[in-house]
This record gives sequence, C-alpha cells and structure tokens, in this order.
Amino acid sequence: MNRCLPCLLSAMLVLAACQREERETRPQSALGSGDQPAAVTALEPGGQRPTSSDNKAGVFEANAFHLSEGKRLFNWFNCSGCHANGGGGMGPALMDQKWLYGSSIESIHATIRDGRPNGMPSFRDTIPDDQIWELAAFVRALSGNAPSSAAPGRDDDMMPHPSENRLPDAATLGKSP
Amino acid sequence: MLGWTLLASFALTTAAVAQSTSSFAINPPAAAAPPDDGQWAMPAKNYASTRYSELAEITEDNVKNLQVAFTFSTGVNKGQEAAPLVVGNTMYIVTPFPNILYALDLTKPGAPMKWKFEPNPEPAAQGVACCDVVNRGAAFFEGRIYFNTLDGHTIAVDAATGKPVWNTHIGNINIGETITMAPLVVKGKVLVGNSGGEMGVRGWIKALDAGDGHVVWTAYNTGPDAEVLIGPDFKPHYDMDKGKDLGVTSWPPDAWKIGGGNVWGWISYDPDLNLIFHGTGNPGPWNPDLRPGDNKWTAGIFARDPDTGAAKWFYQWTPHDLHDYDGINEQVLLDMTWQGKPRKVLVRPERNGYVYLLDRTTGEVLSAVPFGPVNSSTGVDLKTGRLIVNPDKKTGTGKVVRDICPTASGLKDWQPSAFSPKTGLLYIPHNNLCMDEEGVDVNYIAGTPYVGMNVRMIPGPGGNRGAFTAWDVAAAKPAWSLKENFPVWSGAVATAGNVVFYGTMEGWFKAVSARTGELLWQFKTSSGIIGQPITYRGPDGHQYVAILSGVGGWAGAIVSGDLDPRDATAALGFVNVMKDLKDVTTPGGTLYVFRLP
Repeated sequence: MNRCLPCLLSAMLVLAACQREERETRPQSALGSGDQPAAVTALEPGGQRPTSSDNKAGVFEANAFHLSEGKRLFNWFNCSGCHANGGGGMGPALMDQKWLYGSSIESIHATIRDGRPNGMPSFRDTIPDDQIWELAAFVRALSGNAPSSAAPGRDDDMMPHPSENRLPDAATLGKSP
Repeated sequence: MLGWTLLASFALTTAAVAQSTSSFAINPPAAAAPPDDGQWAMPAKNYASTRYSELAEITEDNVKNLQVAFTFSTGVNKGQEAAPLVVGNTMYIVTPFPNILYALDLTKPGAPMKWKFEPNPEPAAQGVACCDVVNRGAAFFEGRIYFNTLDGHTIAVDAATGKPVWNTHIGNINIGETITMAPLVVKGKVLVGNSGGEMGVRGWIKALDAGDGHVVWTAYNTGPDAEVLIGPDFKPHYDMDKGKDLGVTSWPPDAWKIGGGNVWGWISYDPDLNLIFHGTGNPGPWNPDLRPGDNKWTAGIFARDPDTGAAKWFYQWTPHDLHDYDGINEQVLLDMTWQGKPRKVLVRPERNGYVYLLDRTTGEVLSAVPFGPVNSSTGVDLKTGRLIVNPDKKTGTGKVVRDICPTASGLKDWQPSAFSPKTGLLYIPHNNLCMDEEGVDVNYIAGTPYVGMNVRMIPGPGGNRGAFTAWDVAAAKPAWSLKENFPVWSGAVATAGNVVFYGTMEGWFKAVSARTGELLWQFKTSSGIIGQPITYRGPDGHQYVAILSGVGGWAGAIVSGDLDPRDATAALGFVNVMKDLKDVTTPGGTLYVFRLP
C-alpha cells in the first residue's frame, strides 16, 4: 500500500489535468451586443447597490484561450499603438493599479465598447462583442489580475516586460504587505 | 558595440574646446531678421528663425545676478513646449490642451492677467495626440494672436481684448489629425500644418487668410503632383526628386493616402526670395517593409511660394525612412561665404543626425556633417544628395535590430536651436540616445495608431542622454558640447550679451557663455523644462528672460502621462530610457520670468 500511494496520487493528478478548460474557438461575431450597465464609480448616493455581473464575464475572465486571443487582438486592433504593451503612451498605462473608469471586466468591456471622453475611442462598430470581452480579460491580465495558470506565458515579439503570467498584481507588485 | 565609427572620429567633450578660428561673417538676411525691437512676436523670433536677441543688458558678467521677476501658473500640468510672446506691453502664453490663451499685463507689478481665452477643444482629441498634448506656441500679426488647438482649429484672437475674430476647423480627429505646431504668418497668410504621422494621417500645409480665416491654398505632402502643388516652377536639385507624381509612384498602391509627411514643426520665410521653407514628417507606418519606395515627399523639405503654395524645390533628408526620422526641424536662414562664394543658405540640425547646409535658392546640399553619434547611416552623398544608409541597421518585419543611433526621436527632435551672428555658432539642444527596433505587422484603422514597430530606447554612447552643442557653422564642426543627464528637450535662445539659455528635464534653467559653454547661472524651476526660452525688453526698458516650466512631450510623457516604466515599449519606446524621470520631477505648468536686480 505504501508503495502505491505515490502512484495513486500521480494518477489523480493526471486525471485532474484532463479537466481542460472549455474553449469556444468560434465566438459569436455579432457586433455590439451586450448593453448591460457597468458602473464606473463606487459613489452611489443612497448606498451602493449590488452590481449585476454579466454572465459573459465569468466565461472570459480566467480562460487561457480567451486571454491569449485577447493578447493577439490587443495588437491587431491597435490597442498597443496607444497603450504600448501595458505601459501606456498616447493612452494611459494599463499595467498599473490606477483605473480611471473601473477595474472590473464589465467596466473595461464598457470602456472599449463605448469609449471614454478623454480620448478612448468607441470600438462598438469595429470589434465583435466577444472579442471585446477577450480584450477586456487580457487588459486585466496586464496588471496581474488574471490567474497565472491562464494568463499568456510568452511574447512572440521583442520582450517589453515579463510575460503576463509572471506579471505581479499591480496593487502589491508582488510584495507582501 | 558595433558601428561607432562616426562617433569615434567625433569625440564629443564636456569641456570647452578652443574657439573657432575660422573667420565668419555669417548673418541672417536682413529682410528676414530686421533690427531687434525688443519684442518677441513669433516663436522663432524672426522669419530667419535665429532665436537671437540683440538685447545685451544681461551679459556673461552679470547673468549670475538674475532673479525671478514674476511667475504665473498656466493651470495645465502637461508638457509646456510653447514660446511665450511679448508684443508691446503684453505677454501671451498658449497652454497645452485645453489650449488656453493668456494675456499678461507687463506694465503692472507681478504681470497680472489681462484676459484669457478658452477655446474649449474637444477632449477626445487627447486620444489621438501621439506624444503628449503639447502646443508649440502662437504668433502675433497686425493686432491679432493666431494659434492652433489640439482638435484641429486655427483661431484668431484680438490681441487687445481677447475676443475671438475667426475660428476655422481644418483638422479631423476621427482620422487622427491634431495640430500642435505654432503657426507662422507670412504676407497676410497664416501657415498651418497637421500632426498625425503615427496615425497614418496624410500630411498637409494650409495657408489661411489672416483677415477672415478662409483657406487660401492647401498643399499635401503625398499624392499626385496637382495636390502637392508641384507645377512648372518645381525645380528640385537632385535627380531622385525629379519625375511625375512621385508622391504616388514612390509608394505601394494607395499607401500615400495614409502615408504621413505631416507638417508639425517649423517654417521659415525669406522675403527676398519670396519662399517659405517647411519640413515634412515621417512616412507611415514606421515599419518600412509595409511601404517599399522612396515615400515622397515625406522626411524632406519643401521650398514653396507663400502666395500660391507652389513648390519650388524639394530635398529628401531621409528617403524611405527606416527609423521615424521626421524632417520637421527648424531651418535657420543665413547668408555666408562657403568655399569662397557668397551663398544664401539654410542650416538645419536634422533628426537623422546631420547638420545640413543647403543652398536655399536651389536645395543643393553644401555639407552634411553628424553632430553626434550616428550609425544608422554613414554619410550623405553630395553628388546624388542621398543619405547613405547602413544596411546593418535596416529594420523590418519580425527582425529585432539593436543599437540603432540615433533613435526615432532623432539626434535632435523639434527642440529649436538658436544662432548668434556674434559667435557664428548654432546652439543645438539635442538627444544622445540609441534604440532597438522590431518591425511588426499593423492594421490601418482610421483614428488609431499606425506604427508597426516595437521600440526600446537606451542611452547613447557615454551614458549622457542629452547634450547642448555649439556648432561652428563656417567650419562645420562642433565648437563645444555640454553633456546633460536627460535629453535636452527645450529650445535655446542666444543673446548679444553672449549668454545662451536653455532648460533641462530636471527643471534647471541654465545660462551658459555663448563663447565657451561655461555655466554662468542656473535656477531650479518647479518641473522639468521642455519649453522655448525667450528674451525681451520690458516696459521699464530692462531685459527680461522668460521660460515655461512643465515636463512632458514625447520625452517626458512618462511623467505627464503617468506611464509605467516596467514596459520597455511604452511611449513608443521612450519610457525605457526615461525610467528615472519620475524620481526627479513631477508634472507642472509655470511661467518663470527673470531680470537683473
């Protein structure tokens, strides 16, 4: 029995590894769906109301496939032109802990979809909705807000910074408080 | 380290080098640089763009006593690249976005505000401004102040009352157009060009009627000859610039429509020749593999008739630009003897690293000598006029090329130099940076960046990221050069008192000897300096020196835009070499004016 315990454990690990994430390789291409409200402020007179989470949020947020798609689209839709590889340029940095318009994936999705008044364009009619969700999920990964097991693990181009799955949470920069 | 051959033979030094012995009688043409009236009515001081003042109350001997006369907060904490103007008893300042125009009354103690004019530009314009939301200044002409707003308006304001006279909308932010340059008013026409070389914006320059603001002519810098205003009068000096519709045929099909060549820098004017001279910006996108050909008429210089816009000649500094070497720097118009012959020249410290001396009647290159470390090219062929590109530093898709000097921001960017006829020296504020580049594919989406290049900048040889070099125009070599830790992103002003002023990105405003470069005086302002110093005679008859302090611009975007230094490619790669700027300065926006006690 004693000899078999390691075998059993490794067999369990192998089985667990078979629990692969579900990949929707053909996301809906419909334009501009999803008009759910996304709060951009925590200040709500009369007391904070529970925010309704979009059911797409969970599907995209911790999914390695969608995150890597988001990384690819981040370049393809010229997000990187303004935000560089997260450090910012024409647009603000995305890898820090400062969020002008909300840090939830719903808020980021709304920011990309609707634009924001100080220069963020509205991509409502340019990017299919599911791809906006993929982008929003990747933007969160830039500040260490995605599970490292799902965040992209390498850069195909010149290394701008450690890959997303090694980026620390921007709020703590990897240091214990 | 490869390819420092030019550097090795160049040896920039900190200390003052022996005075030039060459005899010089180099002066700007009188018609373009009239006797000094003590005012400062356009950013470049005069049409010849000398940025030289004949005021001599402040001298090498007494400059050490300079004191603050008054200060003024612009209320905008973005990069302050503008030159203040002084006309009569009033000083005029235009801020970065939201482009507020202030008038200060110089007759009263502390120079209180006379009026302010707020154009309220569209805030979304901030999202298509490539390198901070800067404005490089206004221009005064016949009782009015003319300036541009980030969202593409040119506005005329009554200089006495601050009331708007006209407002013409000429730029479209939805295709990525902004306007950051200072206009130049020539013969009743306001000359304005667009910015957007990083957004695939087709470059143009327009002449607006100073009276009512209507567009008199528009000249594009890419496309068919008819739209470039190339006609029978166009006589370029070199064969490479001769041919029909080169603005179309030197591009892949239709690429000229999104090909850049913007006019966001400086214009000079020679009244005798009746010619304006303006540079053209980089071709878009940066990745050169996506636009085979010479990419006319980008990264070059046009001489045009100011009445019609008709092109007279063109010279291309950087054909088929590989490294974002915009050709928009200042050109200083001078008359001098060159190799025994009197020549009408323009001198131009160019982004690609060379000080060019051009015959401004023909566009012929008389000399082109590097003023700092250059390895992206090995020289300029004076027979063909062509830049000799170093194949080792050629960028392309999927290829990382390392240690390219100078950087995309050039050995010198927009920051204007000053020329003193007393010393024959051109005072060049500049950078000392190198970079790694990797071309990548890029999609054109109107109103978004169109760059296709990953960039990561590093300090140049010696480790000093900036320098302030005095260039002996007659001898075509440096007289002396001062090292600065950060790029010298401010302009310069030279005075008859043999004092030259410039600022550093740490915030020091410095006065150095025009002859030797010796530091004579310095004052620490509240933020980094990237503005253009000026000097003027106040209502009390005394000489004043003014500078806007407030870090930003491309080099200072890490501070003004609060960028994250952990991303080497942030701000098109500039952040990688400015990681420590946040440790030494913070955003600001303050005018400082100095005088002797």
